[in-house]
Amino acid sequence: MQISFTLNGRPTTVEAEPATLVADLLREQLNLTGTHIGCDTSQCGACVVHLDGLPVKSCTLLAPALDGATLLTIEGLQGAPGSNLMHPMQEAFREHHGLQCGFCTPGMLMTAIALATEKPDLTEADVRHGLEGNICRCTGYQNIVVSVMAGAAAMNAAKGG
Amino acid sequence: MKPFAYHQPGQIPEAAKLLISVEDAKILAGGMTLLPTLKQRLANPPALIDLSKLGNLKGITDEGATITIGAMTPHAVVAASKLVQTKLPALAALASMIGDPAVRNRGTIGGSVANNDPAADYPAGVLGLGATVITSTREITADKFFRGLFETALEPNEIITAIRFPLPLKAGYAKFKAPASRYALVGVFVAKFADGVRVAVTGAGPGVFRVPPMEAALSQNFDPSAIAAIKIDTDGLTSDIHAEADYRAHLVTVMAKRAVDAALT
Repeated sequence: MQISFTLNGRPTTVEAEPATLVADLLREQLNLTGTHIGCDTSQCGACVVHLDGLPVKSCTLLAPALDGATLLTIEGLQGAPGSNLMHPMQEAFREHHGLQCGFCTPGMLMTAIALATEKPDLTEADVRHGLEGNICRCTGYQNIVVSVMAGAAAMNAAKGG
Repeated sequence: MKPFAYHQPGQIPEAAKLLISVEDAKILAGGMTLLPTLKQRLANPPALIDLSKLGNLKGITDEGATITIGAMTPHAVVAASKLVQTKLPALAALASMIGDPAVRNRGTIGGSVANNDPAADYPAGVLGLGATVITSTREITADKFFRGLFETALEPNEIITAIRFPLPLKAGYAKFKAPASRYALVGVFVAKFADGVRVAVTGAGPGVFRVPPMEAALSQNFDPSAIAAIKIDTDGLTSDIHAEADYRAHLVTVMAKRAVDAALT
């Protein structure tokens, strides 16, 4: 079937079987391999993308759900307009050592950005509850939580300025 | 995943007709259970009937004495609803504890109730509140709806369209979650109405069930101390890799006390 949607700001049309998972569509057909497939059972969160602004697990989403929707993947993140900088949340993960191997990081970032967007005054408890669906096997989460708090503050500052 | 035909009906009668005309066709709501099932090839339906284009199945309505939640309303919407938070905060809290944020953005109340997973949260809320399941053909009370392991009163051509909740004087939900899946190892929903108290347990057995001795004790005295000495029988409770039946039985009393505590705060 033909599926038309907005992908990282660009109108996109693909031809895909209804049984295609969005994670596979992104990686295999659209060559956007920043979205990772970790567990493939919707538990680890490495595949999180934003569908119409909301974080969802793309390994448990059928391609037809994209029709008419807006999809943001890790490749669509960017810094301040006109700059060549990373998104403030990405910058915070780098600054605060919020990753080691980096496999879970795309999903962590997408979930973190959604958390910070939904609730600007995030508490540490909010962050820990909000990251329940994102598994990291390297860091023990401490630096990820620190990074998300810092990234959320930076997103707020950018919005205010 | 094996290929399947994909239908996106725009009207409920059309969806119901598809459901009986294609043998073994499955309804797709949020897909949070169905898609993992298909990926593991535990089911291979020839067709999926996607309800996402039925716009009138989404949303929350205030009828004064009741709240009605459309079957396709995601958990995140129920959790964040000012209406539910104000008039039925225990249900908003329950919705906020399901899965994780990404799962709550897709998973729906209708899908959860129709699937009737023995460890799902919503069945405890629906049975604990004595809600009414509204389908494409009739209304079914919660007491008659849930029939054990993944079994419900739904007929093959029947589609849940909404759930109607009466408003309790007080209510609370507490669960001990399995840390990886965040399903309820044991979850207890307690609701106090003018004519008595209802206690519904999920996770502990093959399906959601009520606990009459706790209901009687809490109807006399709505306080955690009233049920502290009530132990439930381990017969029929689940023993698996996560917990033995006697541990689950113990957790029912603990979670019931916490649910009453939550209702009182």
